Amino acid sequence: MSSAAISPPAPARRARVRRPSTATVYRWELRKLISQKRTYLGLALVVILPLFFVVFQNVHQRHDRGGDNIFAAQITQSGLATPVLMLLFLSVFMLPLAASLVAGDIVAAEDGNGTLKTILTRSVNRGQVFAAKTMAAMTYAAVAVFSSAAVATVAGIASWGFHSVRSFSGTVVSAPEALLLVFASNAIYLIPLLAVAAFGVLLSTATRNSAAAVVGTVGLVILLFIVAQIPGLEGIRPYLLTEQFENWHGLLRTPTDWTPIAHSAWVCALYLVPALFAGYLIFLRRDVAGG
Amino acid sequence: MLGTRATEDAVGSHEAPPVRARGLVKRYDEVLAVDHVDLNVGAGDVYGFLGPNGAGKTTTLRMALGLITPTEGAVELFGRDPMRQGARALQGVAGFVEAPRFYPYLSARKNLELLAALDGDGAVRRIEQVLDVVELSPRAKHRVGGYSHGMRQRLGIAAALLRSPSLLILDEPATGLDPAGMRDMRQLIRRLAGDGITVLLSSHQLPEVQELCDRVAIVDSGRVVYEGALADLRRQGGAGYQMRTTDDAKALELARAQAGIEHAGGGAHGIHFQAQEHDVGELTLALAGASIGILALTPELATLEDLFFRLTEGNGVPQREVEIA
Repeated sequence: MSSAAISPPAPARRARVRRPSTATVYRWELRKLISQKRTYLGLALVVILPLFFVVFQNVHQRHDRGGDNIFAAQITQSGLATPVLMLLFLSVFMLPLAASLVAGDIVAAEDGNGTLKTILTRSVNRGQVFAAKTMAAMTYAAVAVFSSAAVATVAGIASWGFHSVRSFSGTVVSAPEALLLVFASNAIYLIPLLAVAAFGVLLSTATRNSAAAVVGTVGLVILLFIVAQIPGLEGIRPYLLTEQFENWHGLLRTPTDWTPIAHSAWVCALYLVPALFAGYLIFLRRDVAGG
Repeated sequence: MLGTRATEDAVGSHEAPPVRARGLVKRYDEVLAVDHVDLNVGAGDVYGFLGPNGAGKTTTLRMALGLITPTEGAVELFGRDPMRQGARALQGVAGFVEAPRFYPYLSARKNLELLAALDGDGAVRRIEQVLDVVELSPRAKHRVGGYSHGMRQRLGIAAALLRSPSLLILDEPATGLDPAGMRDMRQLIRRLAGDGITVLLSSHQLPEVQELCDRVAIVDSGRVVYEGALADLRRQGGAGYQMRTTDDAKALELARAQAGIEHAGGGAHGIHFQAQEHDVGELTLALAGASIGILALTPELATLEDLFFRLTEGNGVPQREVEIA
């Protein structure tokens, strides 16, 4: 070791010190995410699929796509139909999967690598670390949703132009208004996705195992889809998290139907708040012995 | 807002010792990992924490740093309890338990920047300085994933020094280091102690502890079997003496007859015996009275290694009364 001078020891008993804010911890959580290759796996999934879809549509030059969905029918008439259609496809499984990849990993990976003890012996409280990790997982979910939407929108407009579209009600919506609705639809879809991320963070904290937490979160989504299909359980369907994945449809009706959106908000809160509260309590009280 | 915020007043007592543990217990189901451990690390101590594998050293250190919750008892660092006061209790405290861990996908400098951000209080300004101290500046841009074990140990020290600690808790800091690295680590610890930093050092390297530490606690099966000054332990372990005289045969006869002299025996290099200091004084007077000249009288203290094995493998020195600081 060098003989370089070492700072004199800090007074351990001085009256006031400045400790980092939760925002500082959050900023470093984001920097850690940005530095990890696996972060980009989920993003690649939800960005490549819209691109692949647009390329496929262009290659096949199919101008008349009937089907059940009004946006599928007008896919080549306006580029703004593409992000709506992609949200319809990706909202069911791919976006929850992308959110789970990071949420399920964000605490468990640090526990497994032993870095949790490294950061918990600094000047930040456990509550700050948990809050920062939760916010980072939710930020990632938001980035996944809006990246996918942005790529789908740009690719769609580049292929089929910036034209008006017809809403679920059949009403023609101008292109600028449709663009705004695309953004708003993704924002509304984010509500149930954040609940999925919260469940991922809970499992990540409770299981201390990234794979178990990711699989458990995706498993919950699949389980709820199965429950929704079981005859006789129609009464609970409106309260299943996966049913809220369609909450944004109300925005694309004329007039706007706020009922499913408001319903979704409180139903998602019923999943999100207990999951985060349980995760927080576990994180506060757990023994950190990993690594 | 990405700044820092001021905390409320720290609540540490001005008189409180750096580490004080009382009745510390950690139980995992049927396994009693730590069994009513009391520790007293005073300001300026270089305190050795010894014990065989599985004795409960690391578990105790984890409890001291607030990483795991004691089943019973409490630890205070400068009078603050990490379990009740969280990060505030770690003010002025740094170190690592088991091997120091870092983000392998970040460079050493980025790791230190992250930790400095989590320390606040200007720690970021000390990054270059601590990298110099551990001689990692040339490799600071490299990812930690490619670091050797020894480099990670040094980075662990650098991360601890970022906090300008008053108390440094080090768990086996020399493990995995080559002889030169171990020597450098010893020198660094000595320097830090010389700068007034209290060091709590858990180690398997008994010669290292004997060289560095002035006080020790020895744990075995979760219990403290000795706590106190190392010199006292060595004295309690039975001071031996080697003596050469002008007439060894007669001296041996006198020694065997002298009260307080035990295990006296002869050899090619004079006589040897065990005794307390004042009994040795009486013997020298008796020898002088018998006109026997003393050519050499050499105390032979038991080594820490001897005492460690005696304490942890039975036949030990009775546990010393714990001093309340």
